Amino acid sequence: MTTIELEQSVVADTPQTGKQYDVIGTRPIRHDGYDKVTGRALYGADIRLNDMLYGKVLRSPHAHARILSIDTSRALALPGVKAIVTTTDLPSLESVVSRVGEGAVNWRYLSNNILANDKVLYHGHAVAAVAATSMSIAEEAISLIQVEYELLPVVTTVQQAVQPDAPILLEELRTSELGAKGEAMTNIASHDQFLRGDLERGFAEATAIVEREFITSTVHQGYIEPHSATAIWGTDGLITIWTSTQGAHDARRQAAEVLQLPVSRIKVVPMEIGGGFGGKTVIYLEPVAALLSQKSGNRPVQLTMTRWDVLAGTGPTSGSVIKVKMGADKKGRITAAQASLTYAAGAYPGSPVGAAMAVIFNPYNLENVQVDGYDVVTNTPRAAAYRAPGGTNAAFASESVIDELASRLGIDPLQIRHINGAKEGDRRVDGPLVRRIGYLETVEKAQASAHYQSPLPAPSSPGRKVGRGVASGWWGNWPGGTSSVSVVVNNDGAVTLIEGSTDIGGSRVAMAMQLAETLGLQASDIKPLVVDTDSVGYNDVTAGSRTTYATGIAVYKAGLRIIDLMRERAAEFWDVDISTVQFDNGVISARDRRLSFKELARSLGDGNGNIVASVSISPNGDGVALATHIVDVEVDTGTGKVQILRYTAIQDVGTAIHPAYVEGQMQGGAAQGIGWALNEEYVYDQQGHLLNGSMLDYRIPTALDLPMIDAIMVETPNPTHPFGVRGVGEVPIVPPAGAIANAIHNAIGVRMEVLPMSPRRVLEAMWAQK
Amino acid sequence: MQAFEYIPSATIEEAVTILAKEGDQARILSGGTDLLVQMREGRRRVSTVVDIKHIPEVNQLSYDPRKGLDIGAAVPCYRLYGDPAICAVYPGLIDAAALIGGVQIQGRATLGGNLCNASPAADSIPALIVLRAICVIAGSAGRREVPVEDFCTAPGRTVLQRGELLVSLHLPPPLPNSGAAYLRFTPRNEMDIAVVGAGASVILDDGGKTILSARIALGAVAPRPLFVPAAGQALAGRQPSPEAIEEAARIAQTAATPITDMRGSAAQRTHLSAVLTRRALAKAIERAQTRR
Repeated sequence: MTTIELEQSVVADTPQTGKQYDVIGTRPIRHDGYDKVTGRALYGADIRLNDMLYGKVLRSPHAHARILSIDTSRALALPGVKAIVTTTDLPSLESVVSRVGEGAVNWRYLSNNILANDKVLYHGHAVAAVAATSMSIAEEAISLIQVEYELLPVVTTVQQAVQPDAPILLEELRTSELGAKGEAMTNIASHDQFLRGDLERGFAEATAIVEREFITSTVHQGYIEPHSATAIWGTDGLITIWTSTQGAHDARRQAAEVLQLPVSRIKVVPMEIGGGFGGKTVIYLEPVAALLSQKSGNRPVQLTMTRWDVLAGTGPTSGSVIKVKMGADKKGRITAAQASLTYAAGAYPGSPVGAAMAVIFNPYNLENVQVDGYDVVTNTPRAAAYRAPGGTNAAFASESVIDELASRLGIDPLQIRHINGAKEGDRRVDGPLVRRIGYLETVEKAQASAHYQSPLPAPSSPGRKVGRGVASGWWGNWPGGTSSVSVVVNNDGAVTLIEGSTDIGGSRVAMAMQLAETLGLQASDIKPLVVDTDSVGYNDVTAGSRTTYATGIAVYKAGLRIIDLMRERAAEFWDVDISTVQFDNGVISARDRRLSFKELARSLGDGNGNIVASVSISPNGDGVALATHIVDVEVDTGTGKVQILRYTAIQDVGTAIHPAYVEGQMQGGAAQGIGWALNEEYVYDQQGHLLNGSMLDYRIPTALDLPMIDAIMVETPNPTHPFGVRGVGEVPIVPPAGAIANAIHNAIGVRMEVLPMSPRRVLEAMWAQK
Repeated sequence: MQAFEYIPSATIEEAVTILAKEGDQARILSGGTDLLVQMREGRRRVSTVVDIKHIPEVNQLSYDPRKGLDIGAAVPCYRLYGDPAICAVYPGLIDAAALIGGVQIQGRATLGGNLCNASPAADSIPALIVLRAICVIAGSAGRREVPVEDFCTAPGRTVLQRGELLVSLHLPPPLPNSGAAYLRFTPRNEMDIAVVGAGASVILDDGGKTILSARIALGAVAPRPLFVPAAGQALAGRQPSPEAIEEAARIAQTAATPITDMRGSAAQRTHLSAVLTRRALAKAIERAQTRR
């Protein structure tokens, strides 16, 4: 039975724990499911408009070069070519940093990334774009654009970029050194630090000290759907953009800034999205398609990337160099921990090193700790968010070191994590106090799991060795931002839920379920719609694991308003005082009168004023996420290949609204983490050319590379959400690389210090140990 | 992808005439799994595409225990592993046919195309070499035959002259007590390209105790699929012991001259040459012994 507190105007501080929900925790069919499995759903590139032109972006063949001139005359002369844009068509922007979504954006850099200004900074950097009557004409046209380049020396790794004599990418860049600006030209955009306690004393107290340096490669989010944007610049000056994005309002804001237009001149229509994982929080094509439309006489223009465009031109996440030193006493208590993280931001500042600085030690309660983070520009694509940005690299390093400490001290690897695990009231490395979390429970569930309790299987043949590893991961979800929803009660009692949070992980059904729970209805009674930027209030991006949490609160509060309105209407209808009207689990009653939600909706009809509610909120809650993973691997010592035999992900998920999609997030995050751990990497030549810009050679795991991933949910309700929701989508990608590295060590006695742990790298590590 | 002329050909003579006229600007389309990707990615400019799928002879697949196996150049992989008789007799060939690309690719991709594409990493070529396959080539002057180990000359290059077309592959009937195997190493379990491939075949005596002859071939370790006769010769007359296998593996490894590229390093490939030769030989010997 669900009883809603009618007087509740703010989100409860105490969650409604321990009570049985009617809808939450069930597994109804998702509302978008039929469209998706029957192919009726419309993704970015599926839109077709009358008179539409096809666009193509010319990309730099060089990793670092000055653009001396661009001659578009031959391309423009090609029959069928309607417009060409280059950087001169974009307004020149100030170097101003604004907060956008979860992060910060320097508008000039965003603009220069969309179309290169004076320099190209990576192989694949967009230089110009063409709109033509067919794709083949557009392709031919870009080959006719003459760009004169002056080649510059290239740095593709942070190790090269931080050298004192390294080639400089951005001449105006100065290091922000603990907040103060430096004076010299540099590729190091910032150095930040967390510091607490007394490291020297901590290391002096240690029985065992482990210090290692880890190197990780650049990896891509690997969403299936390439970026696509279709735009019309209307003769009235109003622009409509259809795009595949994680945040329509955010895409509108970014496009408006880059074009220097008021946001209300632009309408962004979010299409279904074939994966984003953070990579579709940034715009690439939208302003270009709009400008091409304007220059081609207001015809609609569609720009869709190829796979190479996606890999070469859109946000990968950072390669990194991470040093970790940790000491522990003989009881396994970590006495000191020190880390230095250097992350490749790509062409412009803004790697996720700040987040990584928190991830690296946050599962644990540490007294003596120092974390340094460096954001470094390199001749690689501008880094974009990727699922728990920066977290996988960081945890790979710290969880490997903790594992080694445990083995040196003869302590079970889960036990050492339990000994040091953070609890409510502890102080985090990055400052805040730890609130109610279920980290220790994830470790305990892991210890008690059938997986951890069962012996390793025997190797499948001689020359193969098996091993088991564990790792934990922390992620600081973004329980902030703004979410807006509108709710309409139809005269048959069905309820339309109008949202602006794009659905990348089953959020429509999760929102519908939260509204259904609030109103005492079924999920199928709710019709959730994700609409364009003109049709709903502002919504921040679907990112930071925020949507089910934050938009869920908006949905809940809109549901409470609907209940109040229904009570008012019932009071009028029955001619009784409103204070006598009760709402309980979808039934409205006053003394002997009773009507179900649907009956009341029907009797109100359409002619008496609809029942509608709109809510916009900016919660400032909490809801960090923690996970512990267990993996069994088999290593072929002849080839260095690592096969994942068994995988279990344990996670504090708060309240699981739709458990199947929570499990799906845990499995999907683990699968991406396994790919990152084993084979995914950008391969560059000496000149900074991307060599493996295809799905053949950028090796994302296939179904044959992964076992079924077991998901064990720990439900510790989040006190800052009415139903106890905690963001779940990101943290499952944090532990896999560390867990697999530890399993490889367990199997063959080799500590992997590099990602990916590809067969070649494993062989090399084995040879190095001999 | 630029515009091109598409010419479906009804006979070998017709195809040969077009190829003679167009020269380098013409390419043959059978499965298209290499050609279309190369054209779409701008890696190959082609003005004429000659579709041979409608020529009956290149679609023929026939096995006769006395004559052997004939595989038309346009026969897709799935027809090979879909034929139980062929699977039973040529498991070493099926090893390769069943792992090119993925299931969808195998529905279109042909061994003839795999051969004519002449990738050093082609999966089917080491298997065909150890099975003593012969290429049947048609030209305006008539037909000629070339052993498959001599067909590829360099990456992307073959012995085919202007106006010549690969018609079919002929495999001799397997001898008693013979066995073959192909193994490749890829980081992923499917949808990948061989870092190294190794094919091995052996013929044992009636007791299965002595190797009468053997053939070893490697992929992705040289500019073309590499036949290593010395490795097979080192096994002739010897018992199929771990020591003999090891010696053959070492010879194969020494013959390999791999490069470092995005798919693997030279050191890794040299190492894998021995590992895969060892494993392929062991599997070929096991098959020979069980078929006895």
